[in-house]
Amino acid sequence: MSTVATHPSYEGLCADFDWGVAERDLGVNKGGRINIGWHCSDRICELGQASKPALIWEDFAGHGRTYTFDDLRVLSNTIGVYLGGLGLRPGERICLFMDRVPELYIGFLGILKMGGIAQPLFSAFGEDSLFTRLADAKTSAIVTQRKHVGKVRRIRERLPELRHIVVVDAGDAPLQDREVAMTLDELPRVERFDPYPSTSETPSVLHYTSGTTGQPKGAQHVHYSIVAQYLTAKWVLDLQPNDVYWCNADPGWVTGTSYGIIGPWSNGTTQVVLDSGFSTERWYAFIAKHRVTVWYSAPTAIRLLMRDGTTVAKKYALSTLRHLCSVGEPLNAEAVIWSQEAFGLPFHDTFWQTETGCIVITNFPGMPIKPGSMGKAFPGITATVLSPKTYQPYEQPGPVGLIALRPGWPSMIRSYWNNPTGYASKFKNGWYLCGDRASIDPDGYFWFVGRDDDVINTGGHLVGPFEIESALLEHPAVAESAAVAKPDPVNMEVVKAFVTLKPGFEGGPDLELEIMNFVRKKLSPLAMPQEIEFIASLPKTRSGKIVRRILRAKEWGEPVGDTSTLMDE
Amino acid sequence: MDELKKAIRDYVVKEYLEEGDDRQVGEDTPLITGGIVDSFSMVSLKRFLERKYSIQIPDAEATPQAFDTVNSIAALVTRFTKG
Repeated sequence: MSTVATHPSYEGLCADFDWGVAERDLGVNKGGRINIGWHCSDRICELGQASKPALIWEDFAGHGRTYTFDDLRVLSNTIGVYLGGLGLRPGERICLFMDRVPELYIGFLGILKMGGIAQPLFSAFGEDSLFTRLADAKTSAIVTQRKHVGKVRRIRERLPELRHIVVVDAGDAPLQDREVAMTLDELPRVERFDPYPSTSETPSVLHYTSGTTGQPKGAQHVHYSIVAQYLTAKWVLDLQPNDVYWCNADPGWVTGTSYGIIGPWSNGTTQVVLDSGFSTERWYAFIAKHRVTVWYSAPTAIRLLMRDGTTVAKKYALSTLRHLCSVGEPLNAEAVIWSQEAFGLPFHDTFWQTETGCIVITNFPGMPIKPGSMGKAFPGITATVLSPKTYQPYEQPGPVGLIALRPGWPSMIRSYWNNPTGYASKFKNGWYLCGDRASIDPDGYFWFVGRDDDVINTGGHLVGPFEIESALLEHPAVAESAAVAKPDPVNMEVVKAFVTLKPGFEGGPDLELEIMNFVRKKLSPLAMPQEIEFIASLPKTRSGKIVRRILRAKEWGEPVGDTSTLMDE
Repeated sequence: MDELKKAIRDYVVKEYLEEGDDRQVGEDTPLITGGIVDSFSMVSLKRFLERKYSIQIPDAEATPQAFDTVNSIAALVTRFTKG
């Protein structure tokens, strides 16, 4: 069994810490020139690693391709030049709307190299989810695949700023208005390209994230974020020069960019990507085939693996695994204990979010794990829990409060796109509020309690109730709607909707399924209510506001709390 | 393709493939691992099957493996139809 390399103590990492350690490694400084695309490809080649595999890609059918860091360098140049040739300019938002194909990963670097703002979106998003995010960002171009272009076609007339729809696998399929075919293998390779002279505060990536109110917000990151993503990948994921790294996350979400592209490649790490849906045996076979050493997964996937048991795991040669991490939702203690049994290693829980851009509270390699705990703050991050009454840190460990971070770490978002009010609301009393609740124990370990708002965390992804309720209201049968989290043994939470119906409609299994599919196609499978309850009326305040917490409390078997402000039924 | 498998296949094509997606769905086409039906969407497929064939599929049986092909789904439906 491989062992984790010897590590400095957590206290050693924290002593005299400053982000200069990462800046010196990367050869950057605050205010100077940084280009994430260049740092993840060209710089690694300049360090003598040009022929090292960067991306080992495989699809569900077992077809594979390997790209070296020099391939990344040249092909990202190629895409950057191609996009510039379409007339796209620095600062324009360019969406990546693809499955986990090489063009997604390489295209991300290419967009950054030409100075664009990369806007990756989950390819399972339906047209409404896609429209909301493209309209808000006034996105200029979208790079997609044939299988997903239908959704873009249905909304393009409402997106006047969307000038180019780039299809990477068009083949002989006829193209429509604004569509162009870009087949990467057929483009002339661009060996030399001067990346856009971005600096530390130049916008880089726009990730949309759901909140408790309103539509999803565009979390704006800058090129300086690489300082934090590089170092956290090195110290938390423990990426070493000879590692083979697998991050399960899709680059449509922040984990898939921060630690599925920027973190590993800025460290010059070989990573493997599997473009396939979940399958226990397929995953284990993949780890064995590629001799994966470091694995960054998610609690939902781990629970699915647990369900299939350790016997299946032991059929495969998984002994190359030496370090396991988890992200997206709190990792329950049972999963940590199980992974020790299945793989001989515990999963290390890591906590962070779209807005933080990097891991902020975490379990470190070599640090004792308390199963079920989030771990401790990353060096350079000041983390605490605040009293929800005073917004001051508790003086003693123990009470549950709001997880808060002192602003200023390198990968903190700089804004919500076009939403300064929403951005300002994330800060209170000099602290950035994560929107989650936790406690700190006497040893300094954080213990997650739950969200502080109505956002639903399903399978490690945040879904906002407003977006779901809005989609429900578009169904002809639905009069009013409310969406809350319902407990789920695999996904932690799933969406449950409560609806009242318009006259002439009757609730039942057929209508429930119809509405479920309706929402799934408009938004995404994540947002699809997994259960719809038809009720006579929704709990509301006297001013008519739907009180979700009452519905949620009933789902979780919790006290419903104060009902004195509710409208009488 | 028998009637059960055809009904499953037709539902998958209608509900889970986009306009312009020309992938063919056969009896052994990987649906979950092939990215046609994701694990969240499995719930709606399960509901469809339960409703259409008047069966109850226990959650523990509704695994990605059981739902990965038309053939495996048909086998699942048959098992619970016979009780």
